[in-house]
Amino acid sequence: MKRSIRRGERAESVIEAAIRVSGVASIVLVLLIFVFVLREGLPLFREYSFVKFLTERGWQPTLSPPTGPWFGLLPNLWGSFLVTAGAVVLAVPLAVGAAVCLAEVAPRGLRDLLKPSIELLATVPSVAIGFVGAAAINPLVKDLFNLDTGKSALAGSIMLAFMAIPTIVTISDDALSAVPKTFRDGSLALGATKWQGISRVVFPAAGPGIIAAIMLGIGRAIGETMVVIMVTGNAGVLPDKGLWHAFTHSVRTITGTIGAEALEVGYGDAHYRALFMLGVVLFLITFALNFVADLALNRRGRRALQ
Amino acid sequence: MRAKSIRFLAVAATAAVVLAGCSSPKQDGGAGAGEKQTLIVKGSDTMVQLAQAWAEEFMKKHPDIMVTVTGGGSNTGIAALMNNGTDICNSSRAIKEEELASAKQKGIDVQEFVVAQDALSVVVHPDNPISELTLAQLKDIYTGKITNWSAVGGPDQRIVLNSRETSSGTYVFFQEHVLGKGVPFADNTMLQPATSQIVQTVAQDKGGIGYVGLGYVTDKVKSLRLKKDDASPAVEGTVENVLNGSYPLARPLYEYTAGAPSGVARQWLDWVRGPEGQEIVKRLDFVPIK
Repeated sequence: MKRSIRRGERAESVIEAAIRVSGVASIVLVLLIFVFVLREGLPLFREYSFVKFLTERGWQPTLSPPTGPWFGLLPNLWGSFLVTAGAVVLAVPLAVGAAVCLAEVAPRGLRDLLKPSIELLATVPSVAIGFVGAAAINPLVKDLFNLDTGKSALAGSIMLAFMAIPTIVTISDDALSAVPKTFRDGSLALGATKWQGISRVVFPAAGPGIIAAIMLGIGRAIGETMVVIMVTGNAGVLPDKGLWHAFTHSVRTITGTIGAEALEVGYGDAHYRALFMLGVVLFLITFALNFVADLALNRRGRRALQ
Repeated sequence: MRAKSIRFLAVAATAAVVLAGCSSPKQDGGAGAGEKQTLIVKGSDTMVQLAQAWAEEFMKKHPDIMVTVTGGGSNTGIAALMNNGTDICNSSRAIKEEELASAKQKGIDVQEFVVAQDALSVVVHPDNPISELTLAQLKDIYTGKITNWSAVGGPDQRIVLNSRETSSGTYVFFQEHVLGKGVPFADNTMLQPATSQIVQTVAQDKGGIGYVGLGYVTDKVKSLRLKKDDASPAVEGTVENVLNGSYPLARPLYEYTAGAPSGVARQWLDWVRGPEGQEIVKRLDFVPIK
């Protein structure tokens, strides 16, 4: 009897240690990746000035000296920002609305049909989505807004929104469904309408979960490579005629540049280093996004409890 | 104890594998007749993929020959040829007079073989009434000096620029032959990941223009006739015109040997320039030599 208890304790401590190790390992892994990317990227500044990397308006890595090469961060950063921001604006209202509908409004039968279908969308490979975008969305965008070409940040945003929506919907729906039934009952008992209950009680209670869902959606959008390569046209331009003009014209994203060029680049040369520096910037962006989301989550979570 | 013995076993196993790996070619060598002959092919980055594809097929046909292909650029290849560092030199440009002269001083008789050609078609939307451009106009279009088709005699329609990605050999070729070395593309040039994407985009956009390998022109786009300058005739991009040298956006791709090729090098050059080698040339988006 005694012995079996002791054995159980020992097993428990082993399991605890294993969990701790895997937790630490994931942090170490992320750090190692960052250090590696940084180590490959930093030597760029021995041959190319850091200030030029930050201020150069063009990305033309094979341009011969004395004019080039140009390794400009700005057009890449701008493209990533524009496409992702557009995707968020398009996806968040739709996805959160759909989640509220699924969790609170839709009858059981409809919900059972819709939720798996939406989740199925998340499994479509991005190359396939890219093909759809290049063959269908590009001409549609072109005709709809009377553009010269459909290859644009807008088309990229639409496709990325399409990819982020399933993630945001399912996780938001889970968060909303996890709100205890007593919350709804309580608000109804106080004489609130169903809509008042949803908007003032259930939705705020699920807030941290919904924010997490949105962050995951943004994460998918900003890291997506294949789709943006195929539908945005990859022209490294900075805006000079206003936001809408930029949005309806071609852009080049960080991921697009890395994805299109990394496989063909000469190992160890300045172009190779520059691509790794773009990787560093992408890493810092996703890190900052997660950090901010975490802060928001913690604060919201604590306030909801009080 | 146990851990130690396992570690020992692992080391022993690794050692055994390594030793076996080392010794087997030696045994083959010892057998004499089975010794592998080697051929080193070095030079032009534009031709690396082509040469690798050749090497793969060639080695399938001749299992007794080992072909090693490396890039580094045409300059590297020619330098290696002079220093006896390669059997075959790939070059996307003709050897220069001074290089030939210095080779002669060293007593090397450089032999030239045209093994394939690189040629680009300039394509536009089929509805575009423009049917020919000079190279100067093409340059102005791609550097952003001309932004509307009306400037070259076409309709009032903004030009949508399409190019291949910077990593593509055709991008570099186009930049050097149309824009000039060190001249940047207009920043609104869209860089497409594949030739098929250029064709698709140009087919969709009325103002679109793009350049693709000769073999990639489909009936969804219109291929333009090109003029070297205002005085010269407009030439259609066909294999014949590439071969007779009248098409301006083409260049031969060379292989050089030090002295008349013999043995394996001879076999290689004959095969590369023969029907099988030229089939691979077509497959990789280059133009065959005949």
